[in-house]
Amino acid sequence: MIEFLNMGGYGAYVWSAYGIGFVVLLANVRSARAYYRKQLARAIARRQDSNT
Amino acid sequence: MTTLNGILIRQLRRELLLAYRRRGDALTPLLFFIIVITLFPLGISPEKVLLQQFGAGALWIAALLASMLSLQRLFTTDHGNGVLEQLLVTPCPLSFLLATKLMAHWLSSGLPLVFLSPLLAEPFGLEWSTYPALVAGLLLGTPVLLIIGAISAALTVGLRGGGLLLTLLTLPLYVPVLIFGTGAVMAVSRGMSAAPHLSLLGAMCLVSLTFGPWLTALALKISLD
Amino acid sequence: MRIWLPLQRLVSARYFFEFSSRILPWLGWVTLLILLTGLGWGLFYAPTDYQQGESYRIIFIHVPSAWMSMFAYMVMAGCSAIFLIWRIRIMDLFATSTAPIGASFTLIALATGSLWGRPMWGTYWVWDARLTSELILLFLYFGVMALRAAIDEPRRQGRAVALLTLLGVVNIPVIHFSVEWWNTLHQPASITKAAAPSIHLSMLIPLLLMALGFTLLYLYMALQRTQGAIIEQEIDSTWLQERLSNNTIETEGGTGK
Repeated sequence: MIEFLNMGGYGAYVWSAYGIGFVVLLANVRSARAYYRKQLARAIARRQDSNT
Repeated sequence: MTTLNGILIRQLRRELLLAYRRRGDALTPLLFFIIVITLFPLGISPEKVLLQQFGAGALWIAALLASMLSLQRLFTTDHGNGVLEQLLVTPCPLSFLLATKLMAHWLSSGLPLVFLSPLLAEPFGLEWSTYPALVAGLLLGTPVLLIIGAISAALTVGLRGGGLLLTLLTLPLYVPVLIFGTGAVMAVSRGMSAAPHLSLLGAMCLVSLTFGPWLTALALKISLD
Repeated sequence: MRIWLPLQRLVSARYFFEFSSRILPWLGWVTLLILLTGLGWGLFYAPTDYQQGESYRIIFIHVPSAWMSMFAYMVMAGCSAIFLIWRIRIMDLFATSTAPIGASFTLIALATGSLWGRPMWGTYWVWDARLTSELILLFLYFGVMALRAAIDEPRRQGRAVALLTLLGVVNIPVIHFSVEWWNTLHQPASITKAAAPSIHLSMLIPLLLMALGFTLLYLYMALQRTQGAIIEQEIDSTWLQERLSNNTIETEGGTGK
């Protein structure tokens, strides 16, 4: 396990590369979904406004 | 004077007259060009060996920045006083009118810069043999810079912070011109032929002269729609 | 102009919305599965490279992101062209949604590239042809995003950005070629990059899996963003309001990573 994490001495580079990739992509997925939900909430609020 | 040629000649004359009346505006990019070039030896090194190495690059970068600076006045005044809208409704094709405008702009800002460049190459210790490559490169490259810039300027006309945005849109597209332009000078100073670089620059020049005015017109129509 | 009917439906905002709501959850899970498989294979099972040791494993994230950075720009340009010619609005929305995702892939490609460069070249940044053109691609993405942010009128916005995107895509090959040319003139002899050796199948499969996973992930994120943009634009349209009152829109919106 330690050996795997160590990546033959290149652990720091390999894992930070994957870390950056993961963080950036996760932030992207999150922001895409947050944008969708925000618009959805706006649309729902608009509907309730027009109903009352 | 209602023929197409007549209109275009009159338009060119108007643009040149305007440029002449606003000499200061045309002079600013040139002064900017000179000042930026002065900064390179101060910022890097006055040693002749180094100067010779980065001289061509410094001249080209300064030329690139100066021509970008001059772009901001390309459409702003005409947009401000409504001339652009008038051009749009003229029965004459917009791209033709813009071509004359670009030509006048190049004559008043691009061409002086080309003439000035050998004078500024001297303090960098560039060899005389490289001057033709430098001047020819600038002669072919500055129209490309102007046309790429004109399209971006047309897209950003009338926007808040348009000037800064224009920089962001234009500079990445200037990269090939910079590379081939400096490449031509470097090739000569290394004893090789500048022909490949210059022919590529020439090709880019022809392509942008062909499509540039049309694309600028398209961009302007989008912006003023 | 006669367009094939299902295609015509798909390009209408409403059907695009219905279509993507239906496939998004599936797409999310499939993407996750493929990414995890590719990742596991690449990190655990793929053999060690005899030249680069374990550091080569960065390839499984670096190369797919670099591919995606270019692929996303091409998609954006294609959408822009269709939008400019046929005025199909959904194409503009999809191109808009693509820009930040493409920029992120470019950023990942740059970051992982320099992290790979450190052990291989001894420095985080080399003015290598590929890294340099990737950096310029990032600037192009920023330009597109900045222009969109600066224009308020929707009519002008879409078309101006589409034109800029197309201007960029025409220039990308020229930029790439010029940077490569420049690189061969200036490349110091100490850094010689071996011509791409034929990659072994045991490394190629996880690489392709990751590339496929990234493509699907891109689609997933772009569809989700496009859905958001459709709601934003169509907020007062009857079909959307009807769907909301039927409560058939999935409020969770897809699966997690």
